[in-house]
Amino acid sequence: MSLASTLRGASPPRTPWLRAPILFSALIGLFALLVARALYLQWIDNEFLQEQGSSRYSRDVEIPAHRGRILDRFGEPLAISTPVKAFWAWPDQVVATPGQLQALAAVLDLEPRVLAARLAAGGDFVYLKRAVAPEVAARVTALGIKGLHDDDEYRRYYPGGEVMSHVLGFTGDHDIGQEGIELAQQSWLGGAPGSRRVIINRRGEAVEDVANIRSPREGRDLALSIDSRLQYLAYRELKAAIEANQAKAGGLVILDTRTGEILALANLPSYNPNNRNHVARERMRNRALTDIFEPGSTLKPFTIAAALDAGKVDPSTVIDTAPGTLSIGPATIHDAHREGALTVEQVIQKSSNVGAAKIALSLPAETMWDTLSGAGFGTPPKTGFPGEVSGRLRPAKSWRPIEQATIAFGHGIAVNLVQLARAYGIFATEGELKPVTLFKEAGPVAGPPVIKPATARAVRHMLEMVTLPGGTAPKAHVPGYRVAGKTGTAHKLEGGIYVNKYVSSFVGFAPVSNPRLIIAVMIDEPGGSQYYGGSVAAPVFSNVMGAALRLLGVPTDAPISQPQLPADSGDVREET
Amino acid sequence: MVRVNLLLLAVLVACALSLVTSRHQARQLFVELEREQALARAYEVEHGQLELEQSTWAMPGRIEKIAREQLKMQLPAPGRVHVLDGVGR
Repeated sequence: MSLASTLRGASPPRTPWLRAPILFSALIGLFALLVARALYLQWIDNEFLQEQGSSRYSRDVEIPAHRGRILDRFGEPLAISTPVKAFWAWPDQVVATPGQLQALAAVLDLEPRVLAARLAAGGDFVYLKRAVAPEVAARVTALGIKGLHDDDEYRRYYPGGEVMSHVLGFTGDHDIGQEGIELAQQSWLGGAPGSRRVIINRRGEAVEDVANIRSPREGRDLALSIDSRLQYLAYRELKAAIEANQAKAGGLVILDTRTGEILALANLPSYNPNNRNHVARERMRNRALTDIFEPGSTLKPFTIAAALDAGKVDPSTVIDTAPGTLSIGPATIHDAHREGALTVEQVIQKSSNVGAAKIALSLPAETMWDTLSGAGFGTPPKTGFPGEVSGRLRPAKSWRPIEQATIAFGHGIAVNLVQLARAYGIFATEGELKPVTLFKEAGPVAGPPVIKPATARAVRHMLEMVTLPGGTAPKAHVPGYRVAGKTGTAHKLEGGIYVNKYVSSFVGFAPVSNPRLIIAVMIDEPGGSQYYGGSVAAPVFSNVMGAALRLLGVPTDAPISQPQLPADSGDVREET
Repeated sequence: MVRVNLLLLAVLVACALSLVTSRHQARQLFVELEREQALARAYEVEHGQLELEQSTWAMPGRIEKIAREQLKMQLPAPGRVHVLDGVGR
């Protein structure tokens, strides 16, 4: 029998009951399951796959933003950020031969022992070296050490070094301002990096911009009022004076009389902001703004101005200062040199404490307070510098007579150097107190009038007499220019008692015929044989003022001649 | 009718091909743009570094030292200075 006949003969085999519908519905059901899963992945739980997908063709790229530069008034850079690399690793993931490590240590300029110690520290993240210059970084990468990573960072450089350090301050980690202008202007200078998403090709190159996630914000440049030439000059002369007089510290401020801009602000001791490991906090203080001192006689002109303005005296009124002492209650005020009857002009010229005290006591306390407060004492100078102090000027109501007498010659009141320099602006102008600033101004700035123009002119004349033969500061003389100013030699207060340590100061301006610059010099605790303001601070003023006026090309207003100094007797008539 | 369809097909193919090429061109140009932008950033960095270098070389302290020590320059004494009044002739 053939196979065909067998088939033909047999009845067709019967499919079991319901097999077809069951199989059919099972297949449909499975298929529906697949569709449901597909729909689920497509619309509902699509995050994971989308991410996986996009990670294969797109990438988020950071757009770096740098910190703005700080410039001086002529656009000379004082602080610049430049990109560097930081090398880091998880020590247990580093795979390197001893030879590679040796090479790494050499390139990074590290002791091989130090490098080994850092890598032996265990599993924690370590920085091997930060702030590595790009050229060096390229050589490190060329070593091809596994497990060694690098990050892009910025490092800030200060070409001026210690000369500018107190004004600028510095930045810390991630280039964020920590001190000085860098701190105060963080939001202006700082940049914020952006981020964008791009499509990449198989070589890893970006081929298309997909989305801008965050726009970067570049840091903005900041122009200061500082003139770097004058700043250097101020620093150099101050440093020389502090070394010559074995002083503890010092400060020097140069102001522009027309705009109130700070053209130079030098402090010593100083530090190098480019390398400030192991620098004591002490050296980082901007003393001219954050420290106060009792100014001593440099305050007398304000007492006189208050009396002139109130019409109590005129420049030729005679004050009897004999016998050189004045008793108020239990206290006694002394003059360093006995003079007899002095005119008001001579009280300034010879710097008589008794004379100034007598003039002050003829005034109501409020009148004196008004002039002092109007000149900016007791309120922060608002230069825009962090941590500046307001000084101390107690309300007039609480003054006792002895206090009023001592404030007349600058004790019982505390100021900072910038305040003092700014206050002299009322004599250098027609009685206006200009605002003081560390930022560049476009043109002359007006300030509120504090004293009458006639008073300002009268005091200016008295201050010029100080620097002429017969005054306390002939050493402040500048060849070719008429200068005016006042010396100060104040005893320091230590624990509430006046001790035989001094703050020597000189504040003045020039040229008298049309004042351009105000310079205030303060030398803290001169340790040599000289401590009078007229012999310690006045020469610094003279050197800086002369060179600064020449640099700025200010026309001379006096014949250039050798100063007619009396033979240096070492005995400059002085005061408190 | 068939002719019109064939014509439209040809136009469609042409459009599709031109889309592909323009897309490719766009990407190539973008890559180039990226490269130029990276270059611009690098130049900016270099500019900053050069500026830094320049201002380091130009520090008044250094210039003064060279003027005094190498060039033997000095400030004239007051007696040796003559001031010309600013009136031009």
